[in-house]
Amino acid sequence: MSNSSIEKNMANAEKPETRDEFNVEIDGTVGSPFVDNPKMSSRNCDVFYADKQAIFNVNLDIAKHEIIAMIGPSGCGKSTYLRVLNRMNDTIPICRVTGEHTLDGEDIYAKNQDPVLLRARVGMVFQKPNPFPKSIYDNVAYGARLHGLAANRSELDDLVEASLIKAGLFKEVKDDLLKPGTGLSGGQQQRLCIARAIAVDPEVILMDEPTSALDPIATALIEELMDELKANYTIAIVTHSMQQAARVSQRTAYFHMGHLVEVNDTKTVFTNPEHKLTENYITGRFG
Amino acid sequence: MAFSGLSRLVTELCSTLRHNGSDQRESPQKHYLEGNMPTQTILITLVALLLFSYFLGRKRSIAVSMSLNEGETPLHSRPQYYGYLVAIWAGMPAILVLTLWSSFNAPIISSLTVASMPETQNTQSADSIGLMMNEIINLAESGKAAEHSDSVLRNAATHYQRLQGISSLAKTAVVFAVALVGMLIGWRLISPETRARNKVETVIRWMMILCASIAILSTVGIVFSVLFESIHFFSSVPPTDFLFGTTWSPQTSMRSDQVGSSGSFGAVPLFLGTLLISAIALIIAVPLGLMSAIYLSEYATPKIRAFAKPVLEILAGIPTVVYGFFAALTVAPFLRQFGEMLGLSVASESALAAGLVMGIMIIPFVSSLSDDVLSAVPQAMRDGSYGMGATRSETIKQVVIPAALPGIVGGVLLAASRAIGETMIVVMAAGLSAKMTINPLEAVTTVTVQIVTLLTGDQEFDSPKTLAAFALALGLFMVTLLLNIIALHIIRKYREQYE
Repeated sequence: MSNSSIEKNMANAEKPETRDEFNVEIDGTVGSPFVDNPKMSSRNCDVFYADKQAIFNVNLDIAKHEIIAMIGPSGCGKSTYLRVLNRMNDTIPICRVTGEHTLDGEDIYAKNQDPVLLRARVGMVFQKPNPFPKSIYDNVAYGARLHGLAANRSELDDLVEASLIKAGLFKEVKDDLLKPGTGLSGGQQQRLCIARAIAVDPEVILMDEPTSALDPIATALIEELMDELKANYTIAIVTHSMQQAARVSQRTAYFHMGHLVEVNDTKTVFTNPEHKLTENYITGRFG
Repeated sequence: MAFSGLSRLVTELCSTLRHNGSDQRESPQKHYLEGNMPTQTILITLVALLLFSYFLGRKRSIAVSMSLNEGETPLHSRPQYYGYLVAIWAGMPAILVLTLWSSFNAPIISSLTVASMPETQNTQSADSIGLMMNEIINLAESGKAAEHSDSVLRNAATHYQRLQGISSLAKTAVVFAVALVGMLIGWRLISPETRARNKVETVIRWMMILCASIAILSTVGIVFSVLFESIHFFSSVPPTDFLFGTTWSPQTSMRSDQVGSSGSFGAVPLFLGTLLISAIALIIAVPLGLMSAIYLSEYATPKIRAFAKPVLEILAGIPTVVYGFFAALTVAPFLRQFGEMLGLSVASESALAAGLVMGIMIIPFVSSLSDDVLSAVPQAMRDGSYGMGATRSETIKQVVIPAALPGIVGGVLLAASRAIGETMIVVMAAGLSAKMTINPLEAVTTVTVQIVTLLTGDQEFDSPKTLAAFALALGLFMVTLLLNIIALHIIRKYREQYE
């Protein structure tokens, strides 16, 4: 199945002379997908959209306080896998997830696990900044109010301020907290979404192409922010920019056609990839 | 002055024609029938001509572009634009001439006929000339003009027939001449220098402006006609009596010495009744409609949604008269019995019955519009909320509904203006007695019901009784206008806040 679909893709490739290079058997994951004492881990993960399989047997550990980058061509399943980790796929009725997934050794797909509470522990930042149609203050206070994290107004004020400071946005908006969050610039909106995510005090933050809609300056600000955040949080980031993966992450996972092809130290992946497909991708011959 | 000069000239011309053509004199009626190419026939022929000119222009432009040599400027536009251009040149002036001719035909011919009659007849008052003209036209069109006994009328009718015949012939000739000349002009325009696309698009833009202004002008026209009649009404009834009076009894007697010779026109009970019934309707429709919209857009599976939404919208397609007898024959007696059970006295025609049924009727306005705006809230917004650990209902309450609020408010206000303007249900179920009450169990009446009762039956159109309908309509219009302004204001406020 995977082979035939790869071949199908090959038929459409622009450089037919390199066809053989891509026609590589994907047989398990090379590199070092496993770590000791992981924050999150997945074993034998398959994901289906109705009858179509999107993820094939992914095994991966995410270490504590690391930034792991997930790269790969469009449609390779990296975003789908990210959404497995906080059960966001549950909101898609036709989507089915199998395998074992744990957070701190605890099965996150167990019957007694409430996906709503899980998402408070595993936060998410999306590709397009999606502030709610509320004031900046209410955007950040949203999760805290939902989960009752602040006992009174002054605690909530402190929490909002602390989150905005952590997200590096406080200086810019401290006089405009009651203005609508949708009135900010794209980069500010995305930092607002990060502030909103960390206000709930999650353990893991999943970022799905968080800078793809932003200009280089806003991107640089967010990358700096991620570097600071990793002291307190574990971050998994999906990105289309290999430079970004190289700049921010400690480990990099390369996905291809729903398979996890290679996981290694970021440096190894970008300087000395083990798998032919990884090499083709990072040298710009694919995707 | 110029007009009478012109008409005399044409009269002379006609009489010359009459004296020269002897066969016309013998059988004017035959000529009248033969020469009459009806306007529809002209229009249909014209449309065929337009199609023909389009294809002609298109073909010609292709031929022209083929004949151009290498290096010469190619045609500016695609062939079909030259086709449209030729068709526009053939059609627009011809249709304009046809419209003008048809609208000025009747008055000109009438005045010519009157002018040809003996002095004693055409110096009468305008009203009696109008009556006489009607008689002449009827006579001419009955085809029995020649047998009529009165020689003056007989002559006038035959003269009228002759004029009609000439006009009809001339109209046909002139229209087609204009069309052909236009076609020729369009044909000669086919060249590389003509920017056919730009010209055609300009014409189309003006046509759209024309369409838009027809809608706007009709609105303005209606408003002004209602306004002027209302001013007429307020010259006999003081506005303060109308606006603040609490008694509505518009019956005026025929003679001034009868009892109750002047009606009282206090509109407050009517507006109060309208508001009461609309409020009941909205109390029913807003929660029901909103809840079903939320269910349909957020919880229902696609299958249920595909079935339930059209079914709900059928409610909007039921004629209001059906709702009306449903309210009067089913709901009102039920409410009455139910009230008796509880020891309440419910009138057999009650505001509650009308309001309940009207509420059901306007559910689809709320639910369908709200469903559309709820579904239009971006999935990213929902994802953001779920990603924070919000449940579905928290997401709906705190993110989806606030984001969709302007649209929901718009739907509710649309439903409200529908409720205020609704007539049939209240005529049948709410009653006619203008009581000053906010008790929903009593019979009340509404502005629309009173407009209906004021204007049905034989009426004279200059009594305060009938003119009151216009004042009521003006008031109703003001209320809905106010509602719309409020709605726009709310929507704009939310837009500013959230965009």
